[in-house]
Amino acid sequence: MLTYTIRRLILAIPVLLLISLIIFMLLKLAPGDPMAQMPLTVPPEVKAKMRAALGADKPLLVQYLLWLKQFFVVEPLHIIGNMTGYDLAGNAQRVISWQTRSPVADIIAQRLPQTLTVVGMSYLIGVAIALPIGILSAYRQYSWFDQIGTFVSMVGYSVPTFFTGVLLIVIFSVDLGWFPSIYDTTLKVVDWASFLKQVRQMAMPVTVLALYNAAQISRFMRASMLDNLGQDYVRTARAKGMGERVVVLTHVLRNSLIPVVTVIALGVPQIFGGAIITEQVFKVNGLGQLLITAIYADDLPMVQTLTFIFAVLIVLFNLIADILYGILDPRIRYD
Amino acid sequence: MLDATPKAAAKTLVSVRGLKMYFPIHTGLLRRHTGDVKAVDDISFDILEGETLGLVGESGCGKSTAGRALIRLYDITGGSVKINGVEIGQAEQSVLRPMRPTMQMVFQDPQASLNPRMTLASIIGEPLEEHTKLSKVEKLARIYELMDAVGLNRTFANRYPHEFSGGQRQRIGIARALALNPKFIVCDEPIAALDVSIQAQVVNLLEELQDRLGLTYLFISHDLSMVRHIADRVAVMYLGKVVELSPRDEIYADPLHPYTEALLSAVPEPDPSLENTRERIILKGDVPSPANPPDGCNFCTRCPKVMDICRKVEPQFIEVMPGRFVACHLHGQTNQTTNQKPAG
Repeated sequence: MLTYTIRRLILAIPVLLLISLIIFMLLKLAPGDPMAQMPLTVPPEVKAKMRAALGADKPLLVQYLLWLKQFFVVEPLHIIGNMTGYDLAGNAQRVISWQTRSPVADIIAQRLPQTLTVVGMSYLIGVAIALPIGILSAYRQYSWFDQIGTFVSMVGYSVPTFFTGVLLIVIFSVDLGWFPSIYDTTLKVVDWASFLKQVRQMAMPVTVLALYNAAQISRFMRASMLDNLGQDYVRTARAKGMGERVVVLTHVLRNSLIPVVTVIALGVPQIFGGAIITEQVFKVNGLGQLLITAIYADDLPMVQTLTFIFAVLIVLFNLIADILYGILDPRIRYD
Repeated sequence: MLDATPKAAAKTLVSVRGLKMYFPIHTGLLRRHTGDVKAVDDISFDILEGETLGLVGESGCGKSTAGRALIRLYDITGGSVKINGVEIGQAEQSVLRPMRPTMQMVFQDPQASLNPRMTLASIIGEPLEEHTKLSKVEKLARIYELMDAVGLNRTFANRYPHEFSGGQRQRIGIARALALNPKFIVCDEPIAALDVSIQAQVVNLLEELQDRLGLTYLFISHDLSMVRHIADRVAVMYLGKVVELSPRDEIYADPLHPYTEALLSAVPEPDPSLENTRERIILKGDVPSPANPPDGCNFCTRCPKVMDICRKVEPQFIEVMPGRFVACHLHGQTNQTTNQKPAG
């Protein structure tokens, strides 16, 4: 298992390099100019100097290699330096956002907590409600519970989050006034009252995303359970005289969880990616919203960095899913 | 009556009366119940303590369903099943659970019937956990004892099913079935999925265990030679019904039902000179659908000796000679005289 993991990690390096090259080139191909937002009164030669300062006048390959150096060497050194207090990177140029002129890493660090609390919580809740629903739907296939579950997950899956989000705002903020429609990032949880306030402002975005996640995962869980419920070893377990609880929760569930855990692990990068639309609807200033505004503003370094971080996470969680698969299923050994 | 005395010495362990197992068919927009697949349709027989009853028949005739229904792995449609004097035909699953140690089953597919994520020790040990109060050490001792009994190396205890060969897996299945000292074991085609060279090993193991532990088997198989080897009495099923039930030697020497005759004529003869003279009875046509069996005798569509009455009246399953039961108009009331001969 360890050699497999190490081999996969080494193999991930060329994959990520290729992804970074593709992201870099795609963004260079995209229309837009870092100087587009400058006032027209700025003379062309000044603009050219500004461009040179940003390194935008060098050949593409040089720009790419410089970006790689910044991303993989300079930024980590800065981040470690900030955390430990040692000045490791000196005055080396950081990846600077074209919008705000501050380092990209700092902005991401500011945005990450909101995304993790809101989107992460919604994923946890989504999984927590999806698993029991999937198990019960499969165990009582075609029952009323199953039919309702199927309907709800169909709705959750097919109705887009920008619709459910706005619908919830109209009902619960505008009409009933129970929850605020705008997420307040400045809120600090210090006591019981502020905690309740935090819960209330998280309720709607979390509900919207949890419904969406639960719809997907409960379907996987149900299908996987159904697959296993019909297996011979389940009959064996019943013939042994095991109780239904043991048969379903020990024998069937443990075998059914293998593919579901993979799906859940592969969904984790989405949490970091942030739910772009939902964050926008509820004004949660997380990573998704950051990406959207960066795209609007032609902030290439920001877009590049965010997209590449997502790519790293996806590659990483693919590996984690594969390793989990090996741990859960004794028939799979990577040696 | 004199004939019956030696039999009376052996107690009846399993008594099946009018066992029915129908699987409903739902069709149409509203999924209405429009019919039933009569997988097992009104079968009755007894199994004596310590004997092996062979259950034979072609694919899809309801052998496996009968075996599973017998130990209530299904909720049966009708009839009564008494095992060791306890009626379990309509018992709730929760009532049945404590009775599971008495009746066990060895399944057909040794690969699929073992949980792929459990080690051998936990597969064999799980029923002990559920039904006994053994300590950890005692349980391990029992697991080793069972592994020895079926000829599995003790060092295999922590391996997973996929690491074994087919024959070894079937040994695991047998060890698991034996774990709780059952009296009655349904062997559902235990050798069908195995290599011929392994089949003999497994069958000999089953026989040896029967001698040692006094087990009673219902041995379901379509391998007629193997049934001849292992069974004391043989029941023949066709389309959900038992058509003939006789002691082994009699049924192989003198089959009463035309279907048994046809079935046995398909057994190859090892002697080439005899093989050439062997007369095969080739049945024409297909088995009718168990969802829509023919009127009268189920076998009337393919029977070489079919009579008019066969298409109208269903033959009763009666004892035509001592110990020999058959459901056929050829051996109906008309043959009552032969039945009475020994008495007269």
